[in-house]
Amino acid sequence: MTIPAQREASEDVVLRLTDVVKTFPGVRALDGVQLEVRAGEVHCLLGQNGAGKSTLIKTLAGVHHADGGEITWLGQPFAPATPQAAMRAGIATIYQELDLVDDLSVAENAFLGHEETRFGFTRRRSTAARTKQILARLGHEHIPPQQFVRNLPAAGKQIVSMARALSHDAKLIVMDEPSAVLAHDEVENLFRIIRELTSHNIAVIYISHRLEEIREIGDRVTVLKDGRTTAANLPARDTPTRDLVSRMTGRTIEYVFPPRPPREEKPPLLVVEGLTREGEFADASLTVAPGEIVGIAGLVGSGRSELLETIFGARRPDSGTITLDGKRIRTLGTAVRKGMGMAPEERKSQALLLDEPIYKNMTLSSFSGFARAGFTDAGGERKAAERTADKLELRPRDVMRPVRTLSGGNQQKVVVGRWLMGDTRLLLLDEPTRGVDVGARAELYQVIRSLAESGVGVLLVSSEVPEVLGLSDRVLVMREGRLIHEAPAEEIDEDTVLDLVMSGSLMEGEPA
Amino acid sequence: MITETAPPEVQKRAQRRRFDDNVIRNLGLVGVLVLLIVVGIITKPDLYSDPTWVKNNFLTILQQASAIGVVTVGMTFVIIGGGIDLSVGAIIALSGVWATTLATQSYGAAGMIFTALVVGICVGLVNGVLISYGKLVPFIATLAMLVAARGLAAQISGKQTQVSANTFINDLAANKLLGIPLLVWILGLVVAAGWVLLNRTTFGRRTVAVGGNPEAARLAGINIKRHTLLLYALSGLCCGIAAIMLTSQATSAQAAMANLYELDAIAAAIIGGTLLSGGRGTIIGALFGVLVFSTITNLFAINNLSTEVQNMVKGGIIVLAVLIQQFRYRSLTQLLKR
Repeated sequence: MTIPAQREASEDVVLRLTDVVKTFPGVRALDGVQLEVRAGEVHCLLGQNGAGKSTLIKTLAGVHHADGGEITWLGQPFAPATPQAAMRAGIATIYQELDLVDDLSVAENAFLGHEETRFGFTRRRSTAARTKQILARLGHEHIPPQQFVRNLPAAGKQIVSMARALSHDAKLIVMDEPSAVLAHDEVENLFRIIRELTSHNIAVIYISHRLEEIREIGDRVTVLKDGRTTAANLPARDTPTRDLVSRMTGRTIEYVFPPRPPREEKPPLLVVEGLTREGEFADASLTVAPGEIVGIAGLVGSGRSELLETIFGARRPDSGTITLDGKRIRTLGTAVRKGMGMAPEERKSQALLLDEPIYKNMTLSSFSGFARAGFTDAGGERKAAERTADKLELRPRDVMRPVRTLSGGNQQKVVVGRWLMGDTRLLLLDEPTRGVDVGARAELYQVIRSLAESGVGVLLVSSEVPEVLGLSDRVLVMREGRLIHEAPAEEIDEDTVLDLVMSGSLMEGEPA
Repeated sequence: MITETAPPEVQKRAQRRRFDDNVIRNLGLVGVLVLLIVVGIITKPDLYSDPTWVKNNFLTILQQASAIGVVTVGMTFVIIGGGIDLSVGAIIALSGVWATTLATQSYGAAGMIFTALVVGICVGLVNGVLISYGKLVPFIATLAMLVAARGLAAQISGKQTQVSANTFINDLAANKLLGIPLLVWILGLVVAAGWVLLNRTTFGRRTVAVGGNPEAARLAGINIKRHTLLLYALSGLCCGIAAIMLTSQATSAQAAMANLYELDAIAAAIIGGTLLSGGRGTIIGALFGVLVFSTITNLFAINNLSTEVQNMVKGGIIVLAVLIQQFRYRSLTQLLKR
């Protein structure tokens, strides 16, 4: 009996990844991933931000190409050259930001790229009929195929994405945080659809940060950490939460954080009270003292970046106040003049002029101060930039070099350096080490700490919990737009923060 | 300690690239100019054997480049700043017509010049307000201005050619200083001022920042709306100056003057190496772009060829110049990767 059972089990497996590796310049995004997905199951992928989930699904979708390891799909070696090839092979991916064309109809979107045609003319009526069938299968026959996608709510768009997957006759559907855009009752509907799909033997890879969803819909769980599979094929319903969380954390790479100076009480430099922006965050209150590093831990989409940008004056709050050193901050201009600086999340698109030399990037917020009667003082700027470059151990130190040629870590130093050139008293850092490799991280941490020691207040946001814990003096936890917890960094650990960040429901009734 | 930088040869290439690109592109344009002159010598050897004719022809080319050159300087700023100004020809027409009404002419040359400049700046400011505060796309805002300003110019002039009776204005185009026409001096001054403004002032620095990465400029505390407004005002000012120059050349102004100047100015800026998406460009390159066009015009004129053929050649040169630039930017390795 055992032999046929085994054979059946191996036939059942539709997708198998063995030791899959994918490197980008400076980063080993996937470093030996194992994954096994069976027909008709919901296989959940769990991992912190940066664990490699996105790279993994993009590799399956034909966007990235694996550098090493083996992927087998339906028993055949699988290496899709393009997203179209993956689609044709029967793997459909539903991304978080849905890739639909707003100004085409539901039917046109469902059959985008493989339209039914006759003599080069699209067959609108039969396409609409087929779309209607698929929508009915998904339990959404009320969505008219002629409707423009623009007019659908997020949940409706997700249905259209799935209709597209079914129009390709997909045998595996990868869903990247599908519940993130949905309201609570819509999630129930999503689960109904997933059950309908799996009952037709379609496999689903389901990515979510919400453990309660994984418990409800998932069959098995694979956990990724630092691009590696740390646990495979755990039963989704009854693996203890502690086990899952511990496999997501406990990094192999230990970051070196500079020592924390003893805490001292100082009157706050920044006071934020009751800050609210509809749909982004609500009633956020916090303080930062001079010389203090305050870290906000939270997931992408928790409203943390929006909060930081609002404090900086780059977004207008609906209500609440921001006070720096007793003065109200209402616009970005005042913020900069009063000594606030920000290193935004998207370094390249939000902070740098990539083709301009380092020194011009460093003086982007202070060149007027160097200028005399409107004439810039390039020599003075260069010298000041060189001094800052020395302080930051920028490599290469040549400030005439275009920023484009620097590595991620050194580009980040340029952005931080920009605010050292003026008299910045409060520095806002959004994901300061994104895309920065391990060696350069330690240096950046040192730079941030020595800034604080010189009396600058630092408010930083990061998805990497160890970073927030290791670098900050005080930690705030943000979840779904609210600051839900505050503690001195020594008094809180990674597991607790992760619980807070992910749960609400996580710890309830779970075995500890 | 981990040093994490790109391989040295990549760095060196990238470091030199910007400087080299500008110089090489300008040298390329000089090469095109030389080529055009050689074609002139081959097709009209008899004319080129007369040194006086050669000198006068050279000054003619410069004189013909002067008004469009001034407009191109303003256009280059707007494009580097991430915008586009389609209304330059129309602004010139409106400024020229307004400066030559009988009422304005009664205030003398100073009144006429003042009127042309103020009208230019004001129309530019309207463009700027629509774009930076009204959040219109530059293409649409200035396209609407193109239509509206020419309409107003036709309204003011009653579709008549307005002759300038002011001898000071009329003499600008006829007189020379140190053997060089006054209009060429004006072009030289505007180009020099434009170069200093772009490369040596905070205004220029902001222009590059706003066009190169508006979000980064905004988060660095630069007021990008006000700066965008000023850029269009600057373009308007250049149009006002050009209006006086053209009025002087024709000793008259009319609603149809400076027709299609927007296209010539944009084309000259682009073949001079200005990136249409903003953030990069040079004034000297733009000047060479203008000179290439006016040399072509001159070449066709001395050979008695039609303007139709000339326009076809111009179009070809624009495409060629941009193609060459793209090839320079796609390095060989990138081409091989495909």
